[in-house]
Amino acid sequence: MNWSVHLPALVIAVPLLGAFAAPVAGLGGKPLRNLWLVTVSALTAILSIILWRYVQVEGIMVYVLGGESWALTLPSGLSWPIRIILEVDAFSAFMAVVGSIAALAGAFFSLRFMERFSGLDKFVSLYFLLTAGMLGMELTGDLFNFFVFLEIASVASFGLVAYWRDRPEAIEAGFKYMVVSTVAAMLILIAVGFFYGRYNAVNMAAVARMMRFGYAEKIALVFLVASLAMKCGTVPMHMWTPDAYTEAPAGVTCLLVAVSQASLYGLFRVCFSLYGTSLGSSVVPWTIIVMGVLSMFIGVTMAVIQKEIKRLMAYHSVSQIGYILLGLGVGLLALNDPQAMAEYGFTAMKGGIFHLINYTMYKGLLFLTAGALYYAAGTRNLNELGGLARVMPHTTFMFVIAAAAIAGLPPFNGFVSKLLIYESTFAVYPILAVAALVTSVLTLASFVKVFQTAFLGPEKSVFQHVKEVPATMLVGMSILTIVIIGLTLFPTWSLAHLVEPAAKALVDQAGYITAVMGGGL
Amino acid sequence: MEPLSIIVRTICDIFAWFLAVFGAYVIIHGHLSPGGGFQGGAVVATFMALLLVSHGGKKLLSFVKPGLYSWAETTGLLLFIGTGFAGLTTAFFYNFLAGEGGLFGAVVPLGANSGILNSSGTIAVMNMAVGLEVIGGLSLIILYMFKGIRLYDDTGREETGHDR
Repeated sequence: MNWSVHLPALVIAVPLLGAFAAPVAGLGGKPLRNLWLVTVSALTAILSIILWRYVQVEGIMVYVLGGESWALTLPSGLSWPIRIILEVDAFSAFMAVVGSIAALAGAFFSLRFMERFSGLDKFVSLYFLLTAGMLGMELTGDLFNFFVFLEIASVASFGLVAYWRDRPEAIEAGFKYMVVSTVAAMLILIAVGFFYGRYNAVNMAAVARMMRFGYAEKIALVFLVASLAMKCGTVPMHMWTPDAYTEAPAGVTCLLVAVSQASLYGLFRVCFSLYGTSLGSSVVPWTIIVMGVLSMFIGVTMAVIQKEIKRLMAYHSVSQIGYILLGLGVGLLALNDPQAMAEYGFTAMKGGIFHLINYTMYKGLLFLTAGALYYAAGTRNLNELGGLARVMPHTTFMFVIAAAAIAGLPPFNGFVSKLLIYESTFAVYPILAVAALVTSVLTLASFVKVFQTAFLGPEKSVFQHVKEVPATMLVGMSILTIVIIGLTLFPTWSLAHLVEPAAKALVDQAGYITAVMGGGL
Repeated sequence: MEPLSIIVRTICDIFAWFLAVFGAYVIIHGHLSPGGGFQGGAVVATFMALLLVSHGGKKLLSFVKPGLYSWAETTGLLLFIGTGFAGLTTAFFYNFLAGEGGLFGAVVPLGANSGILNSSGTIAVMNMAVGLEVIGGLSLIILYMFKGIRLYDDTGREETGHDR
């Protein structure tokens, strides 16, 4: 029997096993625990990449958990699926690859970064639970299951955000995140309840096929869009983002960035695959576009004035999420109009999805370099840092690459995705492209500021003892740097093989439905 | 927390065992009656709460070993995921024990019956795994929350540091 059919389950089950067996690995002391953290993360990343390859070749995969057969979606002639079903199309597999690479980089980085604190067995457990929750959200084909994985990811991240437990700010950030996330999760649960009440089904494909766009569905849509936008930190629900990203340990922040992408994935899965063409009017696309533009602009203006390096970067994540929302929102706007879709909609979606992988990679790298600065110099305050380029050349090199990528300087991957977004949004309303351009300029300005104050300038006497960070932390950062350089050097290949299949899968609502509803034996 | 009177203590000593037995019943009958691993585990964990209230924290902390509960938690979780992986020849979480005979796989006869206890296959195994995990986890939560109260105890007699 071909083991590849079990890949969707394995991608989630391996990090879960990693989490549950972490106390056992902890018995072997520090070396075994570290080995476990790295091995399981690497295995998850490899499995995700194999899954992605498999989906590219074989098309949409469905997997029935606990079924008599892994592909039996409609047992004994039922007209709707009753089991928990994982449904992996090109977009899901793409998200899983992005998320698991970020998780691997964060795991390497955390080896030395976390060792100043005790209770690392629990850290490893929570880290893997967060990874499993994120991957579960991205691979599931079931609304209730999505809620369950969302809660797994949220609960794990409450603990991880508050992990520096000697800092009251960390506890506050964890508590704030807890309140916001719980409200969001409850709204999602109510929305799932609406679907269950209306259609007796919680499977996304089944609900999508039976969808009649009435009042109940509208309320459910409002709950889903609002809560998922809250979870990925869009303006005006962004207030938890700066606190949580700043206070979480750097390796965890790198993973949290990927986890917020999973919420974004959920938002677009709901809009494109669950509602899709039945959305009808352009209210929802415009809501997403307006949220995107607001996030872009408010996020970046808040970022420019920050003094603390991680907080500055956290506000940039708000702003970068705006680009992705803008791109995919324009795609959603063009969904019902084949001509508009061909002219600008599909380009916008490609831009949004390409920006999604770019954003996760360079933002993860930026948070890791900020963590490296904190580890080496002991402060995150930009007013105190300075002249570190001489003593930390590797970190400086990787920071420059990430900063150039986020600012969208021409050869880098950030430029490619931003250009696609500018081009396509210009066709809708030129003002959208102008807002995106201004945001990009301000992004550049703030990263020039960080680079100048932290790395350039005369050597400071307080930082004489500062050395380059340990090798494992550099390995963690290098993983993301290599991905960024790869995407930079081969933008055409990335667009054709990574991004375009994902965008096509997102538009193809009928394919998503038939994979489950026309399946079975 | 001070110990309560001897009457309360004696009654709690007796009733705590009933709670544990009832919790075990809820766990084992999870697939036939309301409840299951989580609910039964929560009932068993009240064992700890009852002893804490009646005997006071000092006495309880002197004989409770948190490591034991930690291990109950880990064992439960590993048993759970292990059962999931064991079904992987068919599908993840496949109920490979049901209908196979043996301890968990009794075949249920057709027609009305009152339910057969050992018929559920891996569901019973997973209920027990979850039960074990919840017993460990909730007992530890009760202990740590109590330690948290002691930190802010204003009687001034005993001051312990944070468990960092």
